Amino acid sequence: MILNWKLGGLALGLTFFAAVLLVKPIGVSTQFVILDGILWNAVDPDVVTQNTDGAYTSTNAYLAKSGGKYAKSVASPLNYSFVFVLAMMLGAFASSFLRKGVPSNEKIMPAIWRTNYGDSTAKRFAVAFASGFAVLYGARLAGGCTSGHMMSGMMQTAISGYIFAAGAFAAAVPTALLMFRKEA
Amino acid sequence: MSSIFLAIIIGAAFGAVLDRVGATSPNYIGKMLNLTNLHLAKAILLAIGVGSVLMFGGQMAGLVDVGHMSVKTAYMGVFIGGLLLGVGWAASGYCPGTGIAAAASGRRDALVYAAGGLVGAAAYMVTYPMWKNAGILSGEALTLGAVPGAKYDALLPGVSGDLVGILVGIALILGAFTVPDRIISKPTTAPAE
Repeated sequence: MILNWKLGGLALGLTFFAAVLLVKPIGVSTQFVILDGILWNAVDPDVVTQNTDGAYTSTNAYLAKSGGKYAKSVASPLNYSFVFVLAMMLGAFASSFLRKGVPSNEKIMPAIWRTNYGDSTAKRFAVAFASGFAVLYGARLAGGCTSGHMMSGMMQTAISGYIFAAGAFAAAVPTALLMFRKEA
Repeated sequence: MSSIFLAIIIGAAFGAVLDRVGATSPNYIGKMLNLTNLHLAKAILLAIGVGSVLMFGGQMAGLVDVGHMSVKTAYMGVFIGGLLLGVGWAASGYCPGTGIAAAASGRRDALVYAAGGLVGAAAYMVTYPMWKNAGILSGEALTLGAVPGAKYDALLPGVSGDLVGILVGIALILGAFTVPDRIISKPTTAPAE
């Protein structure tokens, strides 16, 4: 059972406010890059390096940009933004556990998918993987995702937030209208 | 160390609220985007509005540190990336935050989505110089009005950024109450042709 939109929206808004009051606005998608960097650096320790002056840099231009701030996060994952995302997973897990978890018929694919595309796990997983690829590639190109651009950005009246939301909904609504015609 | 403590508290609260508002369920995301159940859209509009009013109100009252604002740069890639994200968001029912929250809540397809996300982010890391050279990654970090004490320029420099923020916030809250529960009407039992 989910909260009604008034209570849920209020709780979500108070969370956004708490974040900006105490630390900084919420964002998620950068941490995919940080985890990639951690994995990459574990395989090849030369990817992220520290200069003699203490600054971090990387052989990868993206990790090295903006004075090596991503490279620094890769080198020290126990930073606010990375721990934030781990804690977010913990919070979602706890909330789900307390409401008896995701129903068994929802674990592999959601009802809206099953109604429109049937029971094939392979089909659902293939689309999920490709979607994850497109979403994170797009989010990094945009410099943020639904949290950082749309929610945190629009909360701060950031022009980038409005531009992002316009792009995201301009693509998402027609895609959903075409793909999910049958109601679950 | 206190910042790690705050990361745990605020992060856990965010994850729990995303789950309780239905955002970890691709069913609610899908029904919002195909305009058949706008529950989530109303919740998000209300949340952004409440956040805005409290933040800008708090800044005017001197209770919120303006230095905590973090406004991202606006550039062509923001729109292109938004389009690309929108397609995958609709097809899967997950965005980056809700995707990993959903994976943690026990959804297996969300785990596959997160794996795809890691590969997508890695692909961007490798192709980043191409976009940079194309010149679509440069722009300005702008807010609507001029926010006193903030390091960002304004689209409308003569206008108070704090007041505009509160007004836009109120508009979003009113929007949440105005948006209908659904826009696409329920199909009749025998589809008309």
